[in-house]
Amino acid sequence: MNRGVAVAALAALATGCGHQQRDPVQYGPDPQLPEPERGLVPSMKIADPTPWGNARPTVPPGYTITAIATGFGIARQTLVLPNGDILVAEGRGGGEPALRPKDFIAGFIKAKGTSQAKSGNRLSLLRDADGDGVYEGRTIFADKLNAPYGLALVGGQLYVANQDALVRFAYAPGQTRASGAPVTITELPAKINHHWTKSLAASPDGRFLYVGIGSNSNITERGMPAEIDRAMVWQVDAATGAHRPFATGLRNPTALAIQPGTGQLWAVVNERDEIGPNLVPDYLTSVREGAFYGWPFSYWGQHVDTRAQPQDPRKVASAIRPDYALGSHVAALGVAFSTPAMGPRFAEGVFVGEHGSWNRQRPSGYKVVFVAFRGGRPAGPPVDVVTGFQGADGKTRGRPVGVTVDPRGALIVADDLSNTIWRVVPTRRTPAAEAPTRPAAPTGEETHPGSRTPY
Amino acid sequence: MAVTAAASRPTAIHPLYAFLVAGAVPLFLGGLLSDLAYGSSAEIQWSNFAAWLLVGAMVFTGCALVWAFIALLRTGARRGRPLLSFVLLLALFAVGLIDSFVHARDAWAIMPAAPILSAIATALAALAAVAGLATLRADAR
Repeated sequence: MNRGVAVAALAALATGCGHQQRDPVQYGPDPQLPEPERGLVPSMKIADPTPWGNARPTVPPGYTITAIATGFGIARQTLVLPNGDILVAEGRGGGEPALRPKDFIAGFIKAKGTSQAKSGNRLSLLRDADGDGVYEGRTIFADKLNAPYGLALVGGQLYVANQDALVRFAYAPGQTRASGAPVTITELPAKINHHWTKSLAASPDGRFLYVGIGSNSNITERGMPAEIDRAMVWQVDAATGAHRPFATGLRNPTALAIQPGTGQLWAVVNERDEIGPNLVPDYLTSVREGAFYGWPFSYWGQHVDTRAQPQDPRKVASAIRPDYALGSHVAALGVAFSTPAMGPRFAEGVFVGEHGSWNRQRPSGYKVVFVAFRGGRPAGPPVDVVTGFQGADGKTRGRPVGVTVDPRGALIVADDLSNTIWRVVPTRRTPAAEAPTRPAAPTGEETHPGSRTPY
Repeated sequence: MAVTAAASRPTAIHPLYAFLVAGAVPLFLGGLLSDLAYGSSAEIQWSNFAAWLLVGAMVFTGCALVWAFIALLRTGARRGRPLLSFVLLLALFAVGLIDSFVHARDAWAIMPAAPILSAIATALAALAAVAGLATLRADAR
């Protein structure tokens, strides 16, 4: 009897935060922010992976999507080289030691929603020599890297942000394999590496590199000293490796991009978890030099997060609001500026790859969206571009990470669950009522030794 | 409680049961002290200590609870000290479980619930230990 009551009480407590009615509007410059909430257990829904089979991601009418390659050792970010070749950064970093009882349990649960593939720790190069959209060539451009993630090419130098160092390869057009081991430009903060991904962008003149460094915790639960040099964007002198914080308080700046024309640095940032399904929105923002964006002391400007102690009212007062909310827990991991070659609907703005949520009952993200720009600023709601990563059956077939725009008119999407590179192109014919999705023909295993097709 | 009233020999408490009910006390107490230390210093390591001490305390409490439940079934007692002992352990387990979930929150989110629950748990653990060991004393007399 007693036990029954206790169990019922526990169940009520545990699910107290589970049911949300309607989600608040959480995109744009002024998202609705509810009060923080937390039951005994955070509201959770972990992706349930399943192979693609005959299913394919959905794209808007007038566009087709194909899988151009698969079987990677965790495909994260891509880079389109001037000759059209695509570099794929493969790897899984992190591996922080479990510190609390929770870490064992949460680590086990969250691992169920991700790829079981081994970390490739390399860059693969894909080539479509005849321009027919089939990437028949595939080589390993460089291997023995340490969880490479951010990629940038400027002035004959290919920069790669490993999880522990920023390195450089010399690159000549047409090259399919790096000519030697990379040169280290600077070490990057890598202790613990809770958020291990190091995002990267290069200034147009190639003088500076910007490296996004994620926090070492959700909200300082590994202690304040672990957060030294974390949750910020570094500006690195490409010639000397000298670096300084360019902007701080960015919890996890997972992708960086330079705006064409203005040279302005933009970032997508993943915000904190475990204060409810509708807090805190991940965001897209121009990264202002010297600015503080709140983490850990506050979010979306001056909304104080009491979990970070001791508090710092002066830092909170200095925190600025990001430009554009993308929605809570969408896990934006990729950003790329579009070109008019992507078609009139997607001519000006950014594509954002959303890996998808765990910290809410009703999943968010799991798609690629487009945020239109007007006058160089985000304008209007995010538009779905690639969806169907989560099926009507509730199973998850893919999770988008990096997005890259091929200037010839293609969107490259890295999917780190099925370890596939997807390519979205406008159909050349007039976009009639319904453009059929072309059946994917990823290059077979026989052509790609060592690769494993997940379907 | 016994079937053949006066002639029944009281069963002596098992040393392992004594170890379990008594052993939970310093673990809960250690958790409480760690919570208080975290509360006054915001030094995260104290909350890690508290979380692990609670895990140990819950292992002891869980085992003692199972033991007390079996003992209850075997003696068929509907009242008296075995029942009190079991009920106290059950309450302790419930509070300890909630406290464990609270300790799974990140950083200061465990405050102020953590020290409050740990204090209740420590008090219950002390009562459960006294009740559990007193069973021996009463029966042996």
